[in-house]
Amino acid sequence: MKLKAENVSFKYPSAKEYILKDINLELDNNKIIGLIGDSGSGKSTLCKILSGYIQKYEGSVKFNEKEFPKKGFKPVQLIYQHPEKVMNPKWRMKQVLSESWDVDDDTLSEFGIQKTWLTRFPQELSGGELQRFSVVRSLNPKTEFLIADEMTTMLDAITQVQILDSVLKIVKKRNMGFLLVSHDMDLVDTICDEKIYFKDINGI
Amino acid sequence: MTELLDVENVSISFIQYTQGLNQRNLKVITDLTLDISEGEILAVLGSSGSGKSLLAHAIMGILPENAQLNGKIKFKGKELSQEDKEEIRGSKIAFIPQSVNFLDPLMKISDQAIGHCENDAEKKEKRIKQREIFEHYNLGPEVDEMYPFQLSGGMARRVLVSTALLSEPKLVIADEPTPGLDEKTVKETLNHFRHMKEDNIGVLLITHDIHAALDVADRIGIFYSGYVIEIAETKDFSGDGENLLHPYTKSLYKALPANGFELVKGHQPLHGEIPEGCPFYDRCEMAFDRCKKERPELISLGNKKVRCFKYEEGEKNEA
Repeated sequence: MKLKAENVSFKYPSAKEYILKDINLELDNNKIIGLIGDSGSGKSTLCKILSGYIQKYEGSVKFNEKEFPKKGFKPVQLIYQHPEKVMNPKWRMKQVLSESWDVDDDTLSEFGIQKTWLTRFPQELSGGELQRFSVVRSLNPKTEFLIADEMTTMLDAITQVQILDSVLKIVKKRNMGFLLVSHDMDLVDTICDEKIYFKDINGI
Repeated sequence: MTELLDVENVSISFIQYTQGLNQRNLKVITDLTLDISEGEILAVLGSSGSGKSLLAHAIMGILPENAQLNGKIKFKGKELSQEDKEEIRGSKIAFIPQSVNFLDPLMKISDQAIGHCENDAEKKEKRIKQREIFEHYNLGPEVDEMYPFQLSGGMARRVLVSTALLSEPKLVIADEPTPGLDEKTVKETLNHFRHMKEDNIGVLLITHDIHAALDVADRIGIFYSGYVIEIAETKDFSGDGENLLHPYTKSLYKALPANGFELVKGHQPLHGEIPEGCPFYDRCEMAFDRCKKERPELISLGNKKVRCFKYEEGEKNEA
């Protein structure tokens, strides 16, 4: 499986200057890649393009030689830094999960999600607990590639290990691709097989 | 070093509506004890959403109305009432808020830095001083006339820092000053705290960023499930973590990617689900039977403090 970005450039409609310029990137499921860059450099924008969230950009992003489907489930899923911002505050956690897929009990216990949390609202759980839901939600059986954009930045070190450990287990088991975006050099060195510096691939 | 701030057994709870008119009392901070001396940086380290920002709000007296505060907060040995807090906040105690969102978007930077003035003479005087401090933090005259949206993240941080220092405070409370900043700006922000320390100002650094805390703090208070479970010296966070006392602190240290990335099971009890015994009981490897039923108190061991029966036993044995 291959996620390939060719000459991707992006600027906001009102801005004069480009944020991303001529980015070429090829990712697959054989290696875990770490993407390192400063905050504000456009990493998150690139992640949104790679996952099909932003559609107005120059260049092309192809997954297995094909464009992303216009409708329906996208095979590349993105996990954000702030889980509380990607969940409907008026839904209970059960509904938040089932929006994506019917999560089995094994997956829930793998991520340490307690049954009692399922009936709670997002604001009643802590950031670490919400991030577990956010990860589980993205692990729909149709997901083939996972992009973690500063996924554990807001979490304490212990929760960080727990979540990454479980994610990597599943990524290996299902043979998925995984891109870890982070500014934490130690973390990237620990987890990733290869690292890419964002400033090296961004042509501005 | 004289003691500046002394927080003793502070607890904060909220009255919440559950269903209809039913209310519940949600305890967010159960027992928080710490102290800061002049020229000392104390970091309070806890995961996000654990309620540590409330500590800052409690000291400044800006908790929301449905919050209930118990325990003692003393400043220079004198217990603070709500009136006292209103009196000394902004003068003796300054607050550096988390983000630019705390600036008024419709007010020019220099006007909000100066704040309210009684007359023109006072305003003039304050403006000169403001210019001096801004200059010190590398903020040119053009910044005075700007609005918050025109500032970059790092500039905004410098504005917040220099505004806090304008009143020559004795104590500065900084709430999550580092997230969302790149490495250079983080370093710069942390350097501001070092300068404050040199000027003999006490700094309370509330953060979830263990690297930032290790970088500047003298001592680190570890916050777990609404408790301060340990106050350790920064130098203890080294080697294998063998000088750290509480089992949670040890595993937190070992979970860092640079120190082994070790996996520990379990999660912090949720607010409202905190057990009657030690909050760390179900994750602790060396738990005693009494830990399940009894809650350990924070005991002092020299300069450090820890909330664990293991060390209480040790103390008894020695005696």
